[in-house]
Amino acid sequence: MTATVDAPERLVGKAIKRREDPRLITGAGSFLDDVRLPGMAHAAVLRSPYAHARIRGIDVSRALAMPGVLGVFTGEDVKDDINPLPCAWQAGKVQNNVNTPRVLALEKVMQVGDPVAVVVAESRYQAEDALDAIEVDYEELPVVVDAKKATEPGAPQLHDNAPNNVVMEWSCGKDAATVDQALADADVRVSQHIVNQRLIASAMEPRGSIGRYDPGTGEYTLWATSQAPHVHRLLLGAFILGVPEQTIRVIAPNVGGGFGSKIFMYFDMPLVLWLSKKLGRPVKFFEDRTENYLHTAQGRDHITDVEVGATKDGKITALKVKTWANLGGYLSTVAPGIPTTLYGRMVAGCYKIPNIHVDVTGVYTNTAMVDAYRGAGRPEAAYLIERVCDLVAGATGLDPAEIRRRNFIQPGDFPYDTGIGMLPYDSGDYERALNHALDLVGYQDLRAEQDKRRQNGSDKLLGVGMSSYVEVCGIAPSKWIGLPGEGWGAGLWESANVRVHLTGKVVVTTGSLPHGQGHETTFAQLTADQLGVPYDDIEVKHSDTLGTPFGFGSYGSRSLAVGGTAIYKSVEKVKEKAKLLAAHMLEAAPEDIVYENGKAFVKGSPEQGKTIQDLALAAHVGYDLPEGMEPTLEATTFYDPPNCTFPFGTHVCVVEVDRNTGEVDVLRYLAVDDVGNVINPMIVDGQLHGGIAQGLAQALYEGAVYNDIGELVTGTMNEYAIPKADMVPNYELDRTVTPTPVNPMGAKGAGEAGTIAATPAVVNAVVDAVTHLGIRHLDMPLTPERVWRSLQGASA
Amino acid sequence: MFPTQFDYHRPGSVQEAISLLQANPDAKILAGGHSLLPAMKLRLASPAALVDLGGIDGLRSISTNGGVTIGAMTTYAQLRDSNELASRLPIVSETANNVGDPQVQNKGTLGGALAHADPAADFTAVMLALGASVKAVGPNGERTIAADDLFVDLLTTALAADEVLTEVSVPAGQGKVGMAYEKFRHPASGYAVVGVAVVVPVDGQGNAASPRIAVTGATSKATRATAAEQGLNGKPLTDQNIAAAAAAAANGLDLNGDHFASAEFRGHLIEVFTKRALERAAAQVK
Ligand SMILES: Cc1cc2nc3c(=O)[nH]c(=O)nc-3n(C[C@H](O)[C@H](O)[C@H](O)COP(=O)(O)OP(=O)(O)OC[C@H]3O[C@@H](n4cnc5c(N)ncnc54)[C@H](O)[C@@H]3O)c2cc1C
Repeated sequence: MTATVDAPERLVGKAIKRREDPRLITGAGSFLDDVRLPGMAHAAVLRSPYAHARIRGIDVSRALAMPGVLGVFTGEDVKDDINPLPCAWQAGKVQNNVNTPRVLALEKVMQVGDPVAVVVAESRYQAEDALDAIEVDYEELPVVVDAKKATEPGAPQLHDNAPNNVVMEWSCGKDAATVDQALADADVRVSQHIVNQRLIASAMEPRGSIGRYDPGTGEYTLWATSQAPHVHRLLLGAFILGVPEQTIRVIAPNVGGGFGSKIFMYFDMPLVLWLSKKLGRPVKFFEDRTENYLHTAQGRDHITDVEVGATKDGKITALKVKTWANLGGYLSTVAPGIPTTLYGRMVAGCYKIPNIHVDVTGVYTNTAMVDAYRGAGRPEAAYLIERVCDLVAGATGLDPAEIRRRNFIQPGDFPYDTGIGMLPYDSGDYERALNHALDLVGYQDLRAEQDKRRQNGSDKLLGVGMSSYVEVCGIAPSKWIGLPGEGWGAGLWESANVRVHLTGKVVVTTGSLPHGQGHETTFAQLTADQLGVPYDDIEVKHSDTLGTPFGFGSYGSRSLAVGGTAIYKSVEKVKEKAKLLAAHMLEAAPEDIVYENGKAFVKGSPEQGKTIQDLALAAHVGYDLPEGMEPTLEATTFYDPPNCTFPFGTHVCVVEVDRNTGEVDVLRYLAVDDVGNVINPMIVDGQLHGGIAQGLAQALYEGAVYNDIGELVTGTMNEYAIPKADMVPNYELDRTVTPTPVNPMGAKGAGEAGTIAATPAVVNAVVDAVTHLGIRHLDMPLTPERVWRSLQGASA
Repeated sequence: MFPTQFDYHRPGSVQEAISLLQANPDAKILAGGHSLLPAMKLRLASPAALVDLGGIDGLRSISTNGGVTIGAMTTYAQLRDSNELASRLPIVSETANNVGDPQVQNKGTLGGALAHADPAADFTAVMLALGASVKAVGPNGERTIAADDLFVDLLTTALAADEVLTEVSVPAGQGKVGMAYEKFRHPASGYAVVGVAVVVPVDGQGNAASPRIAVTGATSKATRATAAEQGLNGKPLTDQNIAAAAAAAANGLDLNGDHFASAEFRGHLIEVFTKRALERAAAQVK
């Protein structure tokens, strides 16, 4: 093995192709449904056709007699062995009427798709056939699907312990009276009713799980489409099944996207373990797309009344927000944390607003559970404040860009406390990103073109929309997010082990895990540079609770900022040990040793140094170690971040609205993002592309629709419009770089920024196109009919 | 998403297919499977047996002798890629390219589309506008059904359960004919929220001679827009006449609505898309 002292090529900052892709795109990956265990049986789930009903009785006798059926079980059969699923969020000082789902409904169903019984059979087809033979006697109950209506007098009541269907009443910011006074004192005052519609996560791979109980060892193994296997193990052991945690192993195979929906604990995870023990066979459950749409956790669904006050020159002086957050029929794992910590505390956006008051009412309705979905609370907050900026522009007659400039938090203000209970924003230069984006897009020319079209009465109305967003990611300091603070029930630190093997090959074992983000590449790039070893010598291991240190999972754009920092710190520890060992081998004083580019040497004489490979070998054979040093070369770090990180930027969208049909054509989409330092620009761009597509899709296409009896009208991909390649524009991306002081890499996080920024940019563009006709706001999705109708009523 | 159990047959001839259909009253014909299989997976259809026409020679063909005759099992991709059709019946190639996505075009068949009679299908309207007819072969021999008589109601045609649609014939046009299909795609399914097909022959003076206009997506089955046809008949294709015809296109139609597009909006779209289609057709015969 030859080692050189020449600095190897730096990999951080390079657009290296993702090392996981050849496997994933040639069918060589192993997703949940690829896992086939010997003797495996298959489960199918009978689901409620009613949104709210009492179960009077269930007759499974015919199903039991069907070919291939191994067992049929109902809520009664499992209720003594399997506890209701936990909800982690238990905020102090807030009334918190918790109702979580059981794995199979007992007595009542709360939504269409609620699991009522499970059949296990030799094949999935036989299990599905047997479902048709189960007879359930339902007594239908009245249904409510709208969060605001659910809180009104006379609404159907879902849970005995939640009067008026209220989960919790939560507030932040200054007291309401102070903010009311500030509103009354304002020169300009605007109020608006804004709906942030419900979205279906639509990951490419639906959800599922396989349970295997080993009667010989008493061990349970769960394969699950999971964004958080360690958390799932903990909840399964300590809360749901009441079995010792160490007897459970959770494996997340390759996971085909999640967007948040795979963070949570779902009924099938404990159920397949229980079934496996009961039947003596491994049991697989894999939801189909219909089940995924009906029952896997969904996102957003806010109804908001907002009032804003401003001076006549556009300084926002007061913001009052009242939001009804629809949380579904029961609480999902962290559901109430989303519209509170991650929404209410982010409504200030990038702006200095002296008076803010936010009220959030969490509400039960007869719909699917709502929890984190890409962005989780911050898209709702960014949408609100960015719509508000445009409303203030409209009311003051100022340019939307100017409103933003006049209210921005300034570079010298950081760390900046918005005063509504969010952690201090870490760093930023919001105006630079805005100005750069407007320059790149040619803002003044677009405005001139818009004027021209308005004057000549063109049928193609031009609109330019912008959104200057800031979001909180890299979550989160445990003492802030945990029980005594925000009430999330757990901390949010991360872990990593870095091990240099005897041969000098490196294995990074991380508690964090990918479900499409490219961790294996990014983490290897980071390690290669920090440790000075070849990229190809590094392997990144993850996703199996057996063999990885505890981690809280992948969400909240936290993998790099928190999980990556744990790796960084472990590498630092390995280097420290390597230096001590080198000092011993070189018979030098430890303080004279430097470590550079994979080599430890006495300052000034790199030729005589020891390479990391030499040192790893010496550390492993162990016969010549300094006094007191343990063999091997590895380190583990459990890293709890001191703060979150706050990426920001400005996105600009240019649209053309067809006056005749209300169709919106996105002509251009330009984004200037600041995610801090970038490890792999291609992966960051990929995250932004996907994120923008999702955000744009909320603006224009997506929306879950329930009818009055609680049926999901958009229950298939024939009705629910996820964006296809020809429905999204080309993205023009650029960046500014403002490193965060929060972590040593200066990296903020890029997983959700695109989604958060895009929705308001697109809606602002469409409203901008029609604002000269007196239209101030349109609710999403901006379907052709919605836009066309608004134009029918419009003046001019 | 898991169909009930079914038997599968792959006959080698139309006659054999008919015998299988007679022997299995709960059987269904399988063509491209792009309407039938999704319905089976959702258990909206549970045929006891499938009779796959894919093994029968001669049902995948495009032949021209005066008019054009297309075998029932001809896929959208074949229609899309046919040079013959591109020059003689450009509306057919253009529409084939507008159905679903490439995967759907590779599997879906013209016969399947017409036999299925989805209210939002594209080719139902196009064949109505072209004045096409289909050949149906059953136990008692064959008969010809005009497209005008084929579509009976939602997902219902004049075909009997044991009849096989074997081919589609489009008569030869006389003189200059303008034709176009304009479609407002549903953002999720790609099907027509509204589709309008127009076929406009013109006489020596440039006046519309028995134009045919058909609408899909907006009613329970593809339907002729007779008010628009009559309004345009015998008239030159001026902007004014086109606008008047478009404005009348939804007259007399029983429009349906859903959460994405109300009946009123569909009525409006019919006007806009009829106008667009007629303008394109008019430009071809200038
Ligand atoms: C994702 C997707 C998108 C789509 N988008 C569109 C779209 O934009 N526009 C559009 O028009 N369609 C669309 N379709 C439907 C597609 O065009 C279907 O292929 C077509 O409607 C049916 O043709 P098929 O050959 O697949 O028929 P099959 O699905 O095999 O059969 C359909 C029905 O017709 C019967 N049948 C088939 N052939 C015959 C025959 N020769 N004689 C008698 N009966 C027969 C069958 O028994 C069955 O009842 C889409 C489908 C999918 C899956």
